[in-house]
Amino acid sequence: MGEKYEPKILALICTYCTYTAADMAGSMRLQYPPNVRVIKLLCTGKVDVIYLLEAFKAGADVVMVSGCEIGDCHFLEGNLRAKERVAHAKTLLDDLGLGGDRLEMFHIGASDAPKWAEAVEMMNRRALELGPNPLGRKKLQAGQTNIEELRA
Amino acid sequence: MIVAERKPFEEIAVAASGFRKVLVAGCGTCVAVCLTGGEKEAGILATQLDMAAQLGEREQVFSVGCVERQCDREFLEELGPQIAEADAVISLACGAGIQFLAEAYPDTPVLSGVNTTFIGVNEDVGVWTERCRSCRDCLLTLTGGVCPIALCPKGMLNGPCGGADKGKCETDQERDCAWSVIYRRLENTGRLANLDQLIEARDHRDLLPGRQVHPAYQRRYSAHE
Repeated sequence: MGEKYEPKILALICTYCTYTAADMAGSMRLQYPPNVRVIKLLCTGKVDVIYLLEAFKAGADVVMVSGCEIGDCHFLEGNLRAKERVAHAKTLLDDLGLGGDRLEMFHIGASDAPKWAEAVEMMNRRALELGPNPLGRKKLQAGQTNIEELRA
Repeated sequence: MIVAERKPFEEIAVAASGFRKVLVAGCGTCVAVCLTGGEKEAGILATQLDMAAQLGEREQVFSVGCVERQCDREFLEELGPQIAEADAVISLACGAGIQFLAEAYPDTPVLSGVNTTFIGVNEDVGVWTERCRSCRDCLLTLTGGVCPIALCPKGMLNGPCGGADKGKCETDQERDCAWSVIYRRLENTGRLANLDQLIEARDHRDLLPGRQVHPAYQRRYSAHE
């Protein structure tokens, strides 16, 4: 209620490339939105459609999946699988009315810290354009009610 | 195996919209292999429906269940406790499984979440193609292991139609003419003489709902009839 909307960005990123780039972005003192929550995976090939849906169900405003550049996957094709699954999950999100634009796939090499900072900036801008995830808002209201009940 | 595809989300959501507690029931055999109706797909559908219900401010609760096969009573029994809690069930099994589930739990509305497409094979990761129409009178011995009923759009029984063009079908230039394939296969295996045998037109009058009893069980079931 009247609170400033700070998007919740969830980033599922691979340890070999994007995580290293994110680490380097820190060393380089690059500035990018601090409201990104990072989950490090061994490979984006681990990302399943259900994880992406659950992330939105839990209230993420936008979700980004970021793996190695095409052809550079440590596990050969994990990033390609993730790319296909993200594309599929986008259609599922469109179907259910939340919109596939809230989800995006990136390919960021280990040495490409500026690209990581740019990607987070872009997703933050998109989250601001799209507005809060309505499911997240409902969760918050439910939470508040519970606290009020506890206090009473 | 039996191949199916998920129905459009909108269709499932509308069908389920009148029920408060809905069980999404997967089947762990054919539809799981074709990535349409296994436990994982049931989970995805339930999550999608749950999110859509929240967005539409509908008070609905979705749960997930999955059994080894919905076309077997002993496995269907496992769903009993979950179905007792549900106002409706969305089954992701093939048409046979859905009907058997509805028959086993006649007091609970059973909704279909998939369209059963065909009996087919797994060509490659994520690709299935039709091979059999279960016509009850298999011609594959004669036709070199290539079914003209399933693979020829006209179901020609004795050689190609006039639409065959350089081994391709008139319905689609990418599709092989089934009878061309049959000819080559018989030629390769030295069985071209098979083509001399005329295949008679099918008598479709006997296409009543199928039932079969294994010969070893004839005595058991004839005693009850």
